[in-house]
Amino acid sequence: MPRVVFEDIIKQYGRLTVLKHLDLEIEDGEFLVLLGPSGCGKTTLLNLLAGLLDVTAGRISIGGRDVTDLDPKDRGLAMVFQSYALYPTKTVYGNLKFGLAAAKLDKAEVERRIAWAAKLLQIEPLLNRKPAQLSGGQRQRVAIGRALVKNVGVFLFDEPLSNLDAKLRTEMRLEIKKLHDELKSTVVYVTHDQIEAMTMATRIAVMDGGVIQQFGTPDDIYSRPHNLFVAGFIGAPAMNLRPARVKSTPAGLAANLGGLTLNLSSYGFVQAPGEGDEIVVGLRPEHFGAPGAVPDGEAIHFELPLQHGERTGGDATGYLRLGDGLLAVRIDPEAIGGLRQGDRVSVGFPAAKLHIFDARSGLRL
Amino acid sequence: MSLTIAEAPVERAPLFPRKKKGITPRSIAILVFLAICAAFFCVPLYVIVTTSFKTMDQIRQGDIFSLPLPLTFDAWWNAWDSACSGIRCDGLKVGFWNSMAILFPSLALSLALSSVTGYALALWNVKWANAFLFILFMCAFVPFQIIMIPLIILSSGLKVYGTVWGIAIVHAVLSMPILTLIFRNYYKGIPHEIMSAAMMDSGSFWRIFVEIILPMSANILIVVLILQITSIWNDFLIGLTFGGLGTQPMSVVLANVVITTTGEAAYNENMAAALLTAIPPLLIYFVLGRFFVQGITAGAIKG
Repeated sequence: MPRVVFEDIIKQYGRLTVLKHLDLEIEDGEFLVLLGPSGCGKTTLLNLLAGLLDVTAGRISIGGRDVTDLDPKDRGLAMVFQSYALYPTKTVYGNLKFGLAAAKLDKAEVERRIAWAAKLLQIEPLLNRKPAQLSGGQRQRVAIGRALVKNVGVFLFDEPLSNLDAKLRTEMRLEIKKLHDELKSTVVYVTHDQIEAMTMATRIAVMDGGVIQQFGTPDDIYSRPHNLFVAGFIGAPAMNLRPARVKSTPAGLAANLGGLTLNLSSYGFVQAPGEGDEIVVGLRPEHFGAPGAVPDGEAIHFELPLQHGERTGGDATGYLRLGDGLLAVRIDPEAIGGLRQGDRVSVGFPAAKLHIFDARSGLRL
Repeated sequence: MSLTIAEAPVERAPLFPRKKKGITPRSIAILVFLAICAAFFCVPLYVIVTTSFKTMDQIRQGDIFSLPLPLTFDAWWNAWDSACSGIRCDGLKVGFWNSMAILFPSLALSLALSSVTGYALALWNVKWANAFLFILFMCAFVPFQIIMIPLIILSSGLKVYGTVWGIAIVHAVLSMPILTLIFRNYYKGIPHEIMSAAMMDSGSFWRIFVEIILPMSANILIVVLILQITSIWNDFLIGLTFGGLGTQPMSVVLANVVITTTGEAAYNENMAAALLTAIPPLLIYFVLGRFFVQGITAGAIKG
């Protein structure tokens, strides 16, 4: 199972630079998710790897072999597209078979592989149907099947689940993950959906503006976001990010947050700020304690009026007025029912869960 | 908690029926206008059809709107079998078979040439594709009369002048700009990802064309087929200038039949000959017309 290496990749369209000096190494058997908002260059990067686009400069190698100048069919890859891109005039069987068009295999081997993929994906009863006669989930399976028959080491997925409904998406997510566990192949998966990224990836590369903002395991990216972009992008509802200024107190460093003084003495700084530095404080809504409860360990206490509440069935978020902005706080959906607008809610936030960033560079401190 | 189960809707008159619109002065004006338009096409057609079934005796009486009495098919048979074009009196059938012999190679050649060109321009990275397309499109505006003489010299140099293949090549070349444009625009509508998938699966220009793209082109092929059959069948100038004596298409023979008169003009035969020539494209249109409309709208709406 090969490893995929991007070295100093630059991609320009005319004068627009989409990818800037990008380096990325994908280990053997890894499930790498390229995550980012629209236009961040993640799909471009995938297409460069597939060979559907040419790099402006840089080198791509798969399993130690330089593939930068090879045709897509010669790179030893298989790809699943967002719209499935099934051939509409071919049957499912024909679609799978055309996936082997470039491979020049003998007939028995073609049959064997199609039978194997069809069994694995449970699409055997559909082999004689045309794509138009299939449901979205079935088409998705066929598209994956067409990639599987190639028996390659690297699979590329370009937002494969975004055309499915929520229920099917959850099912297919699990199934793709299971497939990866079984086949142990390297997967490069592009998505803008952070739930998909968090649930499936062994590692995530968060991209924005053509640059990889952070590359790490899902836990790493969630618990130690490298900069403000990653902090704001990962997590739903999004992390509360509030500007503050550092001041020195006898007890150590502190920050002023909407009239509250935040004790930063126990925060594990990578690089400690100086007095008067502008910083941004990040608090995840889900880390707030229940209203009225006292969190374990050192905590920051807020008592703020409720602006409005949002309920999503199993979960609820309260928006508390803090200064001239709002602070999102996860609240038990049963507790939020008893709260009215303007009610003062007392919540605690464990100091250990704070995130602090430099306001100017955006980097984690 | 009580469950409310929706009852089956009862059959009854709607509570708020819409008013039916009656005849208004406006609709009368539109109807009159449409009737005049229809008459504009129908009256000459009526005269042609009735005249072709009349005897010369009845025609001589001069009432062009009268119904054929007695009704006779002689004129049709004569036009087909024995009408004189020049000194030969073999009727239109010679021209019909010539036209058929011209039609199929011309169709095959022009469809093959323009569909492959359109496919390459739409779906492959061809350098200068847009410049090429622009020049090709400009060529569509060059009148045939201007390039007729050079083409004749060229085709005689290629030793195809006066043969069926000569005519077929000229048809293919002359129809290429517009047909290429039609194919290219249709192929541009094929989802980009299908082409990407095919590039990863096969990567072969011809294999992708034959196995993936061509089967998806049924609609547009029928549109082009009808356009081409009509234009090849109705063509006069190319057939006249490039066809040798033995390869004159039906339209040329028809003109000769109508021009050639010994004694009195056989109006009934001429009308029958004109109708005979017009039948094949009409037939094609009736058979394939349904697909024609589908094909034209296929590019507009996804699905």
